[in-house]
Amino acid sequence: MDIDLPIALILGQDGIINGAIYALLALAILLVFTVTRVLMIPQGEFVAFGALTMAALQAGQPARLVWLLAALAVAEAIADLIVLRTRRQGAQVTFSALLVKLAYPFVLAALLYNLPTATLPMPVQAMFTLAIIVPMGPQIYRLFFQPIASAPSLILLIAAIAVDVSLVGVSLFVFGPESASTAPFSEASFEFGSVNVSSQALWVVGSALALIVALWLFFSHTLHGKALRAAAVNRTGATLMGISPVFAGKASFLLATLLGALSGILIAPITPISFDSGFVISLKGFVGAIIGGLISYPLAAAGALAVGLIEAFAAFWASSYKEVIVFTLIIPFLLWRSLTRHTLEEEE
Amino acid sequence: MNASEEKLLEVRNLHVAYGKVEALQGVSLAIAKGRMGQIVTVIGPNGAGKTTLLSAIMGLLPSRGEIFFAGELEPVPEVGRMVRRGMNLVPEKRELFAEMSVEDNLILGAFQRYRQGYRDHDRSLREVFALFPRLLERRRQRAGTLSGGERQMVAIGRALMAQPTLLMLDEPSLGLAPLVVREIFRIIVELRKRGVSILLVEQNARAALQVADYAYVIETGGIVMEGQAENLRNDPRVIEAYLGLGQHQEKLA
Repeated sequence: MDIDLPIALILGQDGIINGAIYALLALAILLVFTVTRVLMIPQGEFVAFGALTMAALQAGQPARLVWLLAALAVAEAIADLIVLRTRRQGAQVTFSALLVKLAYPFVLAALLYNLPTATLPMPVQAMFTLAIIVPMGPQIYRLFFQPIASAPSLILLIAAIAVDVSLVGVSLFVFGPESASTAPFSEASFEFGSVNVSSQALWVVGSALALIVALWLFFSHTLHGKALRAAAVNRTGATLMGISPVFAGKASFLLATLLGALSGILIAPITPISFDSGFVISLKGFVGAIIGGLISYPLAAAGALAVGLIEAFAAFWASSYKEVIVFTLIIPFLLWRSLTRHTLEEEE
Repeated sequence: MNASEEKLLEVRNLHVAYGKVEALQGVSLAIAKGRMGQIVTVIGPNGAGKTTLLSAIMGLLPSRGEIFFAGELEPVPEVGRMVRRGMNLVPEKRELFAEMSVEDNLILGAFQRYRQGYRDHDRSLREVFALFPRLLERRRQRAGTLSGGERQMVAIGRALMAQPTLLMLDEPSLGLAPLVVREIFRIIVELRKRGVSILLVEQNARAALQVADYAYVIETGGIVMEGQAENLRNDPRVIEAYLGLGQHQEKLA
């Protein structure tokens, strides 16, 4: 099939939009992996959660996902109480903090069930969506990964798969099997030469860029960001500075869920999302992260962008092989990595 | 007897086991509290349990026994809490953040103080640079590219950023050139003047006994001898086993 300039531009636009989302996911996956050694398979589920929760709020349905948050909060409170009783971990948990954590989802649920969510301004809907989803990250780390934090990577991977499968199940139960999309942030669109660019496309790319800059500032200019990097670079060293692995693990999961949910909110007006869309989306983030060797943030972001572009063009030339082409990408990169790999010089 | 007021650190009957192997079998030691810091050294051969002892006090390893720090019993020592209360460990392997700059490594030493609400890390940083002018020159350099001596300086400087009252040093002279070793020991003495107490674990017994006020000898998980450092320095058993009369080779890792 022949390709002319306008088509190439349209495909390029699609590719960049999806690539920007994959880049955010790749960064989240990389962050979680370097800090906790967990491969964040459930990353895509937070994208689906974000998109579907936003859609539910706009349809005026109560966001039933808040009950998952409540269930996790109750489970976490029970786990914390057990720790409090045995005082095994220096008892950093206090009763008042525990009560606040426990009350939060129920207050949120009361709000969601009583407010006319469909008529709220879109930024407020987005805030509610984030308020439901983002706290799940630290909860999931606390419940499923903190107890096995020092287990072999394979065990962590299996746990990640189990969490992912469970979340997909919850997603089907909460949101049903239909896919949904949301209203665009604004209806405007712009003409660039012969190409029509929707404002949502600009929103996606602009927000992704802003988030990447914000992440860079966080990691290079704030003490907490540096502490997270330190925990990824040298766990023992970080522990000795009082940067506890628990803090680092929860913080990285928090950032990952934030990036996931935001991606979902951004992409929902463009791509219909259903309960099972998350896995494939996060796999594409993975391809990006693997291109970055699971080490380099800029390479991972660039790799994810390339995944988006290749996917768009593959969809045009050989749409039935789209996914095959994208995932086959991993092989040459893994080969190249295995040939050029240099192990970092560690102290003796 | 309860936690004695005049002790900065008191360890009583500490046991640590790796599986069925008892690495520490009832170790007791103390560091007096004074206007000046105290240097207490623990010497002994490889595998005697020196590193295990420091790790257990710091809360990196589970242990049985009693650990009092600054007059309080620590039933379950936890690293973050120990750092907040003024204890800091510079481990044998330094454990620097190799891919981060010297300055970022140092700043992270103040992480717990920052979380407690102190905002004095700039002053602490200036003090560390005054103590180690070399690090000021290298502040933008990645820690992984430094020489062994400079890495040890970063490790000690990073620990000092937490403003500790007790600094535990695990083999600070290991693998360093004699000139650098002298520099490190000069710093240790300087720190004592500033009121920092030091628990120094060393295989280089000669250098350690030179600077220490009090010393313990540990062998196969138990304290076998203790006393004023100068007495131990002149004790024939110590001379024979650790100071190796006429043998001027310092020691190899």
